[in-house]
Amino acid sequence: MTNNNDNTVPSQAAAGPAAQAAASHAAEVAEAREAEQTSGAPPHPLVDFWHYFSENKGAVMGLFAIIVIVLAAVLADVVAPYAPDEQIRTALLVPPFWAGGTGGYIFGTDDVGRDIFSRIVHGARLSLFVGLLVVTISLAAGIFLGLLAGFFRGWVDVAIMRAMDIMLAIPSLLLAIAIVAILGPSLTNAILAIAIVILPHYVRLTRAAVITEAGKDYVMASRVAGASKMRLMFDTILPNCWAPLIVQATLGFSTAILDAAALGFLGLGAQPPTPEWGSMLADALQFVQRAWWVVTFPGLAILVTVLAFNLMGDGLRDALDPKMKR
Amino acid sequence: MTTQTPQPLMEARSLTKTYEVSKGLFQGKGHVQALRDVSFSLFSGQTLAVVGESGCGKSTLARQVTMIENPTSGSLILDGKDVAGADEDTLKIARRRVQIVFQNPYGSLNPRKRVLDILAEPLVINTDLSKTDRTDKVREMMAKVGLRPEFAERYPHMFSGGQRQRIAIARALMLEPTVIVADEPVSALDVSVQAQVLNLMMDLQEETGVAFLFISHDLSVVEHISNDVMVMYLGRVVEQGPKDKIFASPRHPYTRALLSATPRLSEAERKTKVVLQGELPSPLNPPSGCSFHTRCPFATAACKSEVPALRDFDGRKAACVRLEEISD
Repeated sequence: MTNNNDNTVPSQAAAGPAAQAAASHAAEVAEAREAEQTSGAPPHPLVDFWHYFSENKGAVMGLFAIIVIVLAAVLADVVAPYAPDEQIRTALLVPPFWAGGTGGYIFGTDDVGRDIFSRIVHGARLSLFVGLLVVTISLAAGIFLGLLAGFFRGWVDVAIMRAMDIMLAIPSLLLAIAIVAILGPSLTNAILAIAIVILPHYVRLTRAAVITEAGKDYVMASRVAGASKMRLMFDTILPNCWAPLIVQATLGFSTAILDAAALGFLGLGAQPPTPEWGSMLADALQFVQRAWWVVTFPGLAILVTVLAFNLMGDGLRDALDPKMKR
Repeated sequence: MTTQTPQPLMEARSLTKTYEVSKGLFQGKGHVQALRDVSFSLFSGQTLAVVGESGCGKSTLARQVTMIENPTSGSLILDGKDVAGADEDTLKIARRRVQIVFQNPYGSLNPRKRVLDILAEPLVINTDLSKTDRTDKVREMMAKVGLRPEFAERYPHMFSGGQRQRIAIARALMLEPTVIVADEPVSALDVSVQAQVLNLMMDLQEETGVAFLFISHDLSVVEHISNDVMVMYLGRVVEQGPKDKIFASPRHPYTRALLSATPRLSEAERKTKVVLQGELPSPLNPPSGCSFHTRCPFATAACKSEVPALRDFDGRKAACVRLEEISD
């Protein structure tokens, strides 16, 4: 192709009749000017995102709660006044400081004299770790399987989706319990079980998004340009499927924390003396009548964390879904 | 067509495409004959317009010509080689020669990629150019299609429909193809922008000698841009020939109906309206004989049994048994 730099913006409509050329020239100049004014400095995608995200006050509150929880988890050693498994024999079942307890034990102590606040702070570390690992595993596997199913269709699709349907037919906690029962109770196995249980959601979501995107013309254009299957799947289609997956992953975080707590409560997750919120609940259940604080605070920790992730997930959906934008 | 015939860039011979569709569980397979016996030649710097209503096989033709799908039978000759049913390696090279521009500029550009990446993708896949070389080429091409090279960093949603279609045209040109399939490239645009884009396409054709296979249902656009016209009905070519001949004196009843439906400004140019009755028959269950007989105002009993062949008549080809009787 020859170089023709003279053929720049407004001059190209010269081939038409004079009147038409003038009209299109004017239209084009106006168009260019308008484009410059409205998006002269196109807002950075992150700025744009924050604009929509911050409109949802609940989501912002959720985000701040998550930041606090993450900071507590990261700085657990500094924040917590005691080690999570340190037993103070002189302070069994001490109530919180405002309910007649002695200072130093903010949320009181449990039946073996461990500081509940310290255990909750360390438990945050564990819960976030569980959430992160579960979401990472199921997201990675889910995206891969969903991409395969949605891109190749045919028998690949049938095989993957029917397997997922079977998994969805079993109540999720029951399936998790069954998997842990087979693998043996431990935190690692609980994480694996939860990841397997929530996998079908990611697969279905990815597949649906991939099918929608794969039919669009830009995919066909890449195909005509000679793009390989790998390139089409991972470079062309996948980036356009992220929005629903990010939302699902955020919500999946809370499901994972909740399921881990449930497994912990049933004694199938983290084993004592690990400060896991669910197993803290289970351990202290017998004292709920005379020492309300032993179950209240781990329960509240779960509630606040799950609520924060759900609120943020809703906000993310609003901000990332182009249909919700005005 | 003149006496000295140059070598065609692309030649299609009896292209046929049949899709298998499932009619439902235990119902067996149905066959949709989306394309039947379509032949044409594309010459450098020329535009062949493909005209017909929805469902006549225009887009199927586009998919065969761009080698996205393999035709069921027939051959597609590109640079002297038959690429129909060729192996992946041959196709990979051949695909560079044929590019496509889509109808909807809002769906044909990847929303997650900058214009720079969209335009550079064909080069990344097919060439060993360095990143700076690619960027230079992209900017050069953007200037060529009338876009500011500074816009390369922007995302598609920051452009108007006309600008997007320019980007799509630029992408099709990146690999310096010899044939561009334009699948209704202006029908999604405002009329004022249509003219700009059409003029751009004609300018680029003059400059690069690219051949267009221009798919459209807008006959005024076709009249403006094409050299040859091919009218399709239910997967078959019913009339095919030079634009002037066909627009001046359409011979096939279907072409007549199509042309009479084009609005005209001057009263003298208006043709008596031929209004077709009924809908396009289902390609799953096409009518016997001439597939147009169910809606043809000139149909006789013979039309129901005899499939008319495409034959030379009055400087073009047409497929109708009663050509002589019905032409005035």
